[in-house]
Amino acid sequence: MDISTTIAAILTLAIYSFLYRDNPVYKTAEHILLGVSVGYFVVITISNTIIPKLIIPLFVDGELIYIIPALLGIAMLLRVTKQFSHISRIPLALIIGVGAGIAIPAYMQAHLIAQMKATMLPLSNISNIVIIIAVLSVLVYFFFSRKHEGAFGVTAKAGIYFLMIFFGSTFGYTVMARISLLIGRIQFLLGDWLGIIR
Amino acid sequence: MYRRIPLIVCFIFGAFMLIQFFVPHRVSTEFYEMTLEWAQIIYAFALLVGALMLMKHHAVNATRKSSDDRPFSIIVIAGIATMCIAGLIWGHGEGTVFNWFFQNVQAPMQSTMFSLLAFFVASAAFRGFRARNTQAIFLLIAATIVMLGRVPIGELISPVIPQVADWILNVPSMAARRGIYIGIALGSIATSLRVILGIERTYLGGS
Repeated sequence: MDISTTIAAILTLAIYSFLYRDNPVYKTAEHILLGVSVGYFVVITISNTIIPKLIIPLFVDGELIYIIPALLGIAMLLRVTKQFSHISRIPLALIIGVGAGIAIPAYMQAHLIAQMKATMLPLSNISNIVIIIAVLSVLVYFFFSRKHEGAFGVTAKAGIYFLMIFFGSTFGYTVMARISLLIGRIQFLLGDWLGIIR
Repeated sequence: MYRRIPLIVCFIFGAFMLIQFFVPHRVSTEFYEMTLEWAQIIYAFALLVGALMLMKHHAVNATRKSSDDRPFSIIVIAGIATMCIAGLIWGHGEGTVFNWFFQNVQAPMQSTMFSLLAFFVASAAFRGFRARNTQAIFLLIAATIVMLGRVPIGELISPVIPQVADWILNVPSMAARRGIYIGIALGSIATSLRVILGIERTYLGGS
């Protein structure tokens, strides 16, 4: 039982104390996690992006074109001020524009064409028939420009049933993932820390 | 003026990123890569803005003597400062102080936080899982079979359960997800076009 494991175990128990109710021990652990996580991301962002992609090209390699992203980055930092926060809209607009421009072909390829292509299956077995019916009925359900009545309404209703199966299976899958994390933490407490189990 | 320039910037970069996808020329590819790099740098600064805003909020709280949350705000600032000092001065590789904090403070607490959700999900399911109508029955059956199919007891009850669980995940559930994905894609494409054309401008804020 070394000091590092003991600290990790105490912090683990502090988080689990929330199961009793919200208390100062949990709040302390929660705020430690918040501070440490933010600090972690700040360090990783600076050392993995700002230094290699901006500081080194600009100040070591002397590539003057990097003055533009540097100025835009500084403009972004002005968001914390009250007087000049409007300047941060320019870099913000750039990343939103870039994101939107990339998103259109990306979604078109990965989520639209690829998914439609994967649905065009031969009607040779039950599973393929179910897939085609489910995709079409779910799409019909999400089509709100027409009233859900008659044959359209029946198809939309079938779509709800498929969505329910999806929600149920996703729920079951998520629960099992959380349970496996819980088992991992219990193994850590009883095995690594206390040495009761192997 | 404060809104027009950002809208023009958004249109130029958005339209370029969209058009260049269909023009695989060397010049456009180079400009595309450079723009992506710029966006990454600005995105990194945006993350720093978030951290600074959080620090500012907690610094104000920490200096306010009447605040009940004062000690917790001090803890947040101390956490950020410790990680920044440790990571930026002594580095963040194997065997560093930064890595020790990550391995023994952040990682165990994060996975405990996620495992805590198991209890809340279970209690929410206990309260919410009522077979009130046919749709709820479908949800309940799908969840039960998938949960049983993922653990050894499911196979002990019947070897068919894991197979049915796999079929549910790979056929009706996957097909419904596919329908949702197609809907998301259409919605995202429409929203992206609205953003590029300046119709959607909520990201610019109120004033």
